[in-house]
Amino acid sequence: MKRSFLLLASLMLAAGLALPAQMKPAAPPKPLVRHVLSAGERGERVYQANCSRCHYPPDQLNPRITGTVIRHMRVRANLSAQDERDILKFFNP
Amino acid sequence: MLSETNEGVTFFQPVFAPVFAAPVGSHLLAEGRFNLDGFFIQKNRTGPYNGQLFKSTQIAQLDYIVNSRLTVVAGQSLVPFNTYNERLSEIWQQDFQDAPMLAGVGTRDSGTSVGTQLRGNAFANEHVHVNYVGWFSTRINKYSLNGTRAVGDRVEVFFPNKRIEIGTSFTRRLQGTQYKSVGVHFFWLPYRSPLQVRAEYAHNPHSQGYWIENSYRLSQWKGPDSFVGRIEPLFRFQQAFRNSVGPGDGLPKVDTKIADFGLDYHMPHDVRFNASYSRKFAQGADGNIWGLSMSYRFLFPAWREKKK
Repeated sequence: MKRSFLLLASLMLAAGLALPAQMKPAAPPKPLVRHVLSAGERGERVYQANCSRCHYPPDQLNPRITGTVIRHMRVRANLSAQDERDILKFFNP
Repeated sequence: MLSETNEGVTFFQPVFAPVFAAPVGSHLLAEGRFNLDGFFIQKNRTGPYNGQLFKSTQIAQLDYIVNSRLTVVAGQSLVPFNTYNERLSEIWQQDFQDAPMLAGVGTRDSGTSVGTQLRGNAFANEHVHVNYVGWFSTRINKYSLNGTRAVGDRVEVFFPNKRIEIGTSFTRRLQGTQYKSVGVHFFWLPYRSPLQVRAEYAHNPHSQGYWIENSYRLSQWKGPDSFVGRIEPLFRFQQAFRNSVGPGDGLPKVDTKIADFGLDYHMPHDVRFNASYSRKFAQGADGNIWGLSMSYRFLFPAWREKKK
């Protein structure tokens, strides 16, 4: 009798543990299209990750010299060519 | 333009620091940075102001960008030891007008090196960036060039998701009294807050010290361009320890603590006002330091535009 009770209790416990897994709602479908960042958005990220560690952005930047300023900072901040192009797009959309 | 009253002695220091940068093709960049300083101090604390003018070359270098991982630099450069000297010392950048006591450690004697640097980004993904600089400097003191024979490196690891940067620096001086200096720096600039925390530690054979600086621009109050959003309170605490009597290593001769309190006001068009008060605690040299400064940064093309 005691053994039957233990068996029944074990079965109920196992069923109880299994039930929530079966009743778990299905995960929402993953989006098929990922948001692809534009060059300007990537440039903003690069700016936030690198340049802003040392200084605030300039209030004004003449478009004629943006490329030179960013080249200057590429060497300082060890940026890649892609980073340089993205930041250029961020400052000169 | 800086004005400071240090333990009752007032001086004025106008500074003009032009920076030139000229890209040549897609791989080469020529850079120059020069300082024209005036130093005007009151004679006997009550008399007229007398002054002197100084000029110095900070940077005169050629950068050859080999690829995204390597840039070769040749000429006179700022010594890349810790972060203050190379990354934070420009007038328009520095939060306080006075450099931290520790700025001289690892960058002796002039803060500049004349030689070669290899630098770049060793590794980067969305979780971690690793940057490096290795450099060698020769001994020179002519033609406005100023370098000490030395060798050194700096490695930085940056975690973009946490916006935390940790780095180490090493320098070995190879002329006169030879010794090595080591340094560690830490930056934390959280994404969702205008808080900025920067700190450095450096060690010499005869002394060591650290500084930690916090700033909090009130830009969350109606944006960074509002009246209040342009205010940035600052606080820095720095401490230097003298272990033994040694050659001039830039740190005070006795243990010293300084608490700096400051306020930056960022005006439009890159004009900035700074006011600061510092309390210095040192054996026999306690004192107050008051400072006021204004900086103006402007950029303009120095060459006519290429016809398209």
